[in-house]
Amino acid sequence: MALIDVENLKVYYFTRAGAVKAVDDISFSVDKDETLGLIGESGCGKTTAVFAIMRFAAPPGRIVGGKIIFEGRDILTMSAEEVRLLRGQGIAMVFQAAQNALNPVMNVGDQITEVIRQHEQVTKAEAWERARKQLELVGISGDRAKSYPHEFSGGMKQRVGIAIATACNPRLLILDEPVTGLDVIVQRQLLNLINDLRAKFRLPIILITHDLSVIAETCSKVAVMYAGKIVEQADAISLYKNPAHPYSKLLIEAYPSIKGEKGKLVSIPGAPPGLLNPPVGCYFQPRCPAAMDICREEEPTMVAKDGRIVACHLYK
Amino acid sequence: MALKGFAGFAIRKISGAAITIFAIVCFNFVLFRIIPGDPVRLMFRDPRVSAHKIQEMYEKFGLAGSLWEQFVAYLRQLFLYGDLGFSFARKAPVLEVIADKMPQTFLLVLTALVIAIVVGTVLGAIAGWKTGTRLDSIIITGSLTLYSIPIFVIGIVAMLIFAFYLGIFPLMGMYTIGAGLTGLAYWRDVAWHMFLPTCAIIIWYAGEYIIVTRNSMQDVLDQDYIISARAKGIKESAILLRHALRNAILPVVTITGINVAFAISGVIEAETVFGWPGMGRLVYDSVMARDYPVLQGLFLIFAVIVVLANLAVDLIYGKIDPRVTVGGGQ
Amino acid sequence: MSWLLKRLQGLRKFLKLLLTHNMGRAGVVIFVILGIVVIFGPYMRTVDPMRTGVLQNILQPPSSQFWFGTDHLARDIWSQTIYGARIALLVGFVAAAVTTAFGSLVGLVSGYFGGKIDEVLMRIVDFFMMLPYLPLMIVFAAVLGPSIWNIILVISITYWPFTARVIRSQVLSLKQRAFVEASRSVGASDNLLMFSEIMPNVVPLMFAEAVLMVTNAIYAEAVLAFLGLGDVSTMSWGIMLHFAYESGLMTMAPWWVIPPITCICATILAFTFLGTAVSDIMKPGYREARGL
Repeated sequence: MALIDVENLKVYYFTRAGAVKAVDDISFSVDKDETLGLIGESGCGKTTAVFAIMRFAAPPGRIVGGKIIFEGRDILTMSAEEVRLLRGQGIAMVFQAAQNALNPVMNVGDQITEVIRQHEQVTKAEAWERARKQLELVGISGDRAKSYPHEFSGGMKQRVGIAIATACNPRLLILDEPVTGLDVIVQRQLLNLINDLRAKFRLPIILITHDLSVIAETCSKVAVMYAGKIVEQADAISLYKNPAHPYSKLLIEAYPSIKGEKGKLVSIPGAPPGLLNPPVGCYFQPRCPAAMDICREEEPTMVAKDGRIVACHLYK
Repeated sequence: MALKGFAGFAIRKISGAAITIFAIVCFNFVLFRIIPGDPVRLMFRDPRVSAHKIQEMYEKFGLAGSLWEQFVAYLRQLFLYGDLGFSFARKAPVLEVIADKMPQTFLLVLTALVIAIVVGTVLGAIAGWKTGTRLDSIIITGSLTLYSIPIFVIGIVAMLIFAFYLGIFPLMGMYTIGAGLTGLAYWRDVAWHMFLPTCAIIIWYAGEYIIVTRNSMQDVLDQDYIISARAKGIKESAILLRHALRNAILPVVTITGINVAFAISGVIEAETVFGWPGMGRLVYDSVMARDYPVLQGLFLIFAVIVVLANLAVDLIYGKIDPRVTVGGGQ
Repeated sequence: MSWLLKRLQGLRKFLKLLLTHNMGRAGVVIFVILGIVVIFGPYMRTVDPMRTGVLQNILQPPSSQFWFGTDHLARDIWSQTIYGARIALLVGFVAAAVTTAFGSLVGLVSGYFGGKIDEVLMRIVDFFMMLPYLPLMIVFAAVLGPSIWNIILVISITYWPFTARVIRSQVLSLKQRAFVEASRSVGASDNLLMFSEIMPNVVPLMFAEAVLMVTNAIYAEAVLAFLGLGDVSTMSWGIMLHFAYESGLMTMAPWWVIPPITCICATILAFTFLGTAVSDIMKPGYREARGL
C-alpha cells in the first residue's frame, strides 16, 4: 500500500470574480521508497496541491473535494487537532529558499527545539542536544545553534529548514522549490544532502520544482502539472527518454543540453490559461502542436500507456 | 575600529543623543535671541523687573555683548551652573519653578503611558489576529475616531460629563484643597483627581498603539515563518505569542520613542484642562502670564526629555531585535 | 479648453472612486456640509459673531432667537459656529498647502540629488522631528504674536519635516525604478528628469499628504487658540473654547462648548477619512480588487 495516496484532489480559490480552480481533480501516490517530483510552470498549482496535503488552504482558498490517504487515514476528514499533531512529525515541509521561512527573532537552535518539544516529551537540555545534532546532520556546526537566521546565507538557511523538518523523523518530507534562487554550487550541495538524507533514513520525498535538472538528480517518479491538472505521470527515466504528453515533450526539449551540437533555444509559445475561465476541452490545446479537433471539445482523461499515465487524446 | 555587539551599539546611540542635546541647546538660544520680537529684550519693558535684576541678568548673560558673547555666556550658565534663567512673574529661578512641577507630571504621564501601551497593544494584537471580523471593525473604527479628537477636547467632554453632570470625579486640581489628608487617604484623593486626566491621555494614546500594533500584526501574519510554524504542528496560541506577537511588537517599541513628543503635547493639554499642577499646566500659566523665561526653560527640558526617551527606546530595541546589533551575512 | 475638460473628467472619475470607499463617502458628506456652511454662511441667519449684545442676553441657552444660545458677552454662538468654519478651512487649507509645498520640495530635492545634499537636509529634518511639536508651536506662537497668518506660519514650520520624509521615501523608491534609467539613457537633463518623470508619480502622494495635513492644521489652530495663543480678532472654534474655559462658565453653559467641539471633531474626522480614502485609492490594485 502506498504511504500517501492523493485521490481526486480539488482546491479552489473563491474570489469576488468567481472560483479559480487552482487544483482540479488530481491524483497521485508515493510509496515508501519513492521520491515524487512535481513539475510545472509557475502558477500551475503544484504548491497549492502540496499545501493541501498539510491541509493548508489560505483564504480565499478551500479544499473542496478528494481524499488524501496517509498511512491508512484520510487527512481531509481528520480533526484540526489530529492534523496539527501530524504536521512536523508525520509529514514535514521545507519551504522555498528565498522566503522568510525562519522567525527572525528566534535563534536557529530554538526553532529546532520548538518542533521537537512540540511532539516529544524531552527536557530542554535533551532537545538542545538534538538540535545541535540536527545542525551537524545538515552540515552546519553545532556551535551555530545560538545564531540568528539573518546571520546565515540562503543556502545555509535552507539547511536549517531541512534540519527543522527532519528533527522529529517524519515519515514523509515535502520540499517546495528547495534550490530555487541559489547558485549552482550551493544547489549541488543541497541536492547531495537531500539524497544522502533520503538514503540514510529511507525517507519518502515529494519535491516541487520548475527545474527539470533538479528532478533528474533526485526523483524516481515524476508528475507533470499544467493549469491545475496532472497531464502525465511516469518514472523519471521513462519521462526523460520518452515523454508522452506534448507538454512534457516541449518541457524536455526546452531544456538545453550542455553536450552535443549548439542549437536554437526552444520555448513553449503562449502562456498558461487563466484558471477563472479555462478553455473548453483540453487546457493545453491552445498551445499544443499536436492539437486535434477533439481536443477543443472534450477534456482528455488519464489513461495508462506503456507503464505511465497520460491525459491526452493522442493516446486512447 | 567599531565595537561589536551591544556595547558598540549603545555607545553609538548615547553619543548621538549627546550631540542632539547640544544641538537643541543651541537651537533654544537661537530661538529666543534671533527671532524678531525677542522676548529677552521685552524683559526690559516688563515693570516687574527691578533695575537690580536687569543688571544681574545683563552681567550673567552678557546681554549687551555680541551674539557670540551672549551665546558663550548662555552655554556657561547652562552647563556650569544649571541656570535656566529667572522667572519674573514668579520671582524664582526657572529651574526651581519647573522642578517643582516635574513629579506631578511624571506621575500622570507614566501612569497613563503604561496603561495606554498595554491596552493599545493587546487590542491592536486582537484586531490584527482577527482582521476582517466584526470585532476588528469595531476596534479599528473606534480607535481611529478617538485618535482624531484632540486631547483637550476629550478632556473637556470628560470633565463635563463625569465631573460636572455625574459628579463622580472632581473637576480640577490634584488633591482636595484644605482637606489636609495624609498617607493612604492622600494618595486615594490624588488617584481620584488623577482619574479623568489620565483617561483623557489614555483614550487618545491607546488609539495610536492599536492602529500600529494591528498593522504590524497584519504584516507579520503574512510572513512565511507563520505558516512554517504551522507546518511544524505548533499550537495556535504558541504561534500567536512566540512568533506573531514577538515580531509584531518591534514597531510598537520603535514608535514609543517618537510618541514621547505626542505624550508631551498630550500632557500639556490634559493638565491645562484639569488644572493638574504639573509642567503642562505651567506652560499654560506661563503663556497667560507672558512668562517667557519659563517657557524657554520648559521647551528645553521637554526637548531633552524626548531625546532621552528616544535613547532609552533605542537601547531597549537593540536588546529585543537581534538584527540590529548582531552582524548579518556569512 | 480640451486640457480643462480632461482635468474635469479626471476629477469626476476620482470623485466616483472616492465614493466607493467607505471612509471616503463619510468624508465627502461632511466636506460638502462644510462647504455649504462656508459659502452660504451669511445667508444662514447669522450676524457678526464678534458683536456683543445686551446684558439680559448673556449666557442664554438655545432659543428661537439664538439658535445655539449666547456666550458671556451675549454673542450669537450659532454665528460663531458658522463663521468658525471659514477660519478652520482657511487655516486648514493654507497651512496644509504651504507645509506640503515646502516639505515636498525638500523631500524631492533631497531624494533626487542624494549625496551630501540629502545628508544635510535629512539631518535638519531629523532634528526638527525630534523637537516636541506642541511646545515648539507654543514657543513660536508666543514669540511671533497672535495673528492668523502667524498661526499658519507656525503650523508650517512645525509640520514640514514630516511631509519631507514621506516624499523623500517615495522619490527614493521611484528612483530605483527602471524608467528613470531609461530616460537618462536618452540624454535628458537632470531638471527635466526630475520634473517630468518623478513628479507625476509623486503628486498623488503629495495630495494625500496634504489632505491629512489639514487635520494637523485644524488641530494645531484649535489647541493654540485654546491655550490662549490664538488670534482673538477672529472667532474660530478654538477661540470659542478658550473663552468658554477661561471665563469659568463652561460648566454652566454646555451649549457654548458643544458646537465647537462637535465641529472640530467632525472636521478632523472628515479629513482623516478623506486622507485615508485618497491614499488607499492611490495604492496600485485598488480598482482591481473591487472589479472596477
